Amino acid sequence: MPKLYTFIKYFCVILWSCFVIAPFLWAISTSFKDFNSVTGGATYIPWLQFEPTLDGWSVLFKPGSQGGINIIGPYFNSIFVTFTASFISIALGTLSAYALSRYTFKAGFVQNNDITFFFISQRIMPPVVLAIPFFLFLSTLGLLDSLAGLILVYIVLLMPIAVWIMVDFFNRVPKEIDETALIDGCNPFQAFFKVVLPNSIPGMIVAGLFCIIFGWIDFFFAFILTFTNVQLLPVKIVALNSSITPWWSLSAAALVSVAPLIVVAFVVERFLSKGNLSGALK
Amino acid sequence: MNFKHKFVFLLPGLIVLIGILIFPIIFTVRLSLSGWNSFNPELDFVGIKNYIRLFTDDPRFWESFFRLSFLAVTTVFLQYIIGFALAHMVWKDIKFKRFFRVLFLIPMMTTPVIMTVIWRTFFHESLGPLNDFLSIFGVQPQWLSSPGLAKISIIIVEVWQWTSFMFLLMLAGLLSLPKEPFLAAAIDGASPFKKFMYVTFPLMAPISIGAIIIRLIEASKIMDTVFVLTSGGPGTATETSSFYIFIKGLREFQMGYAATMSFTYLIIMIISLTIIAKVLTKVLMKE
Repeated sequence: MPKLYTFIKYFCVILWSCFVIAPFLWAISTSFKDFNSVTGGATYIPWLQFEPTLDGWSVLFKPGSQGGINIIGPYFNSIFVTFTASFISIALGTLSAYALSRYTFKAGFVQNNDITFFFISQRIMPPVVLAIPFFLFLSTLGLLDSLAGLILVYIVLLMPIAVWIMVDFFNRVPKEIDETALIDGCNPFQAFFKVVLPNSIPGMIVAGLFCIIFGWIDFFFAFILTFTNVQLLPVKIVALNSSITPWWSLSAAALVSVAPLIVVAFVVERFLSKGNLSGALK
Repeated sequence: MNFKHKFVFLLPGLIVLIGILIFPIIFTVRLSLSGWNSFNPELDFVGIKNYIRLFTDDPRFWESFFRLSFLAVTTVFLQYIIGFALAHMVWKDIKFKRFFRVLFLIPMMTTPVIMTVIWRTFFHESLGPLNDFLSIFGVQPQWLSSPGLAKISIIIVEVWQWTSFMFLLMLAGLLSLPKEPFLAAAIDGASPFKKFMYVTFPLMAPISIGAIIIRLIEASKIMDTVFVLTSGGPGTATETSSFYIFIKGLREFQMGYAATMSFTYLIIMIISLTIIAKVLTKVLMKE
């Protein structure tokens, strides 16, 4: 019985690994092809089945005027928007989460849990519901097709995540820490910034990772709210997905754009194995 | 502690969130009562005309809604089963534990639209590797252009993408479980199956509920995958509510009607998710 279980376990795990890796291997292989090797049917192994070229990769670094796909601009835009929005969300989210975890709020029937729920429930909002009013809202402010407009929208997407993770985190930071600081003569702000905050770094890193993931992978808002001035990476790559797609540069661009977040997978695993994540995600 | 400080902590976040959101929500409600479209782009007042149209004369919206429910429930169910199984498998006693964990986390880190673009080439009927493989068995399914298979393609991509998130939540839950119940079970000589049914599963019930609800919320927004993989096609075979609203609102510019649909959709979503949460809690917490 245990032997059979072990066998099934390894079989399933390896099977799923193959499924996870398949699109990546296919993309890597495709990125080294040219027109003839793509249209000639599915092939996988370079040199054996097709003659590899670097065309798919080199166009990524050429300017648009030479027939290249300039993804460097969108790349930096994506990084800038994701990081700025994540940073603001975490700064504001952490403060709110601290208040919700340490103080009691009461206004009529509204209590702490209701406020927390209000923050988190913003994730329920389907993007398309927000897209139309945001479109008109940002065009009134003149922020359509600008980085600032996108950051504003992303804060709404990311702050719920930050609050969700941080409230839970602060609930597990012992109250005695703040109380000792207060007795020692700090005011509540000093207590927070000098004592609580340094102890909350792990929680903030986890919250930050999740904000970065969910900011980086968003497509819809970037697609609706920007046109030519500002382009984010996913929009740029989906725009390549036209009728006669150059699969090779498409694959190369896709690989380049998903690469940075794969590093995040390693970081998340580290936190997971050390047990820091388990509390933060419950 | 002082009364004023707590507001200094709470309010900046709350005000920013409400400030960014309040306008869109009020505006959506107002817009839903207007006939704003590309010929008549103004905020006139037509009463509940749009709502009457939606409830009596738009089967396409309701079809897309049921399709969305089907897709969301199916994908989340599969993600839960597979995610929990995988998390349980790499929980302990496996070689290359950390390698598998990292690998299983990777899909959720990748941008859905970008991976869907890759999947689209993967499913390509004559040039993709999937049909190349299936040709061994002499079949060439039309993955993206037959209504049934297009739905299955979307389910495959969604499961690929988001099982890893379920896996993360379940593994984090498993790793946080107390050790004592397992020791007790081991002393009683429980078989692995019994241990799972009577110890692991009940202990994981609250985490499971949380994870399923989070995923259902996210899955109810399925849009990116549909947009890139099939664009709602063939016909309307894979059109979900979000996508239909998107087409009406931002392609045909029937803003007023799209706002009506958005608002109705949001209300239905909130009600059904609340009911699902209640039912799940009842079913899973019974033991």
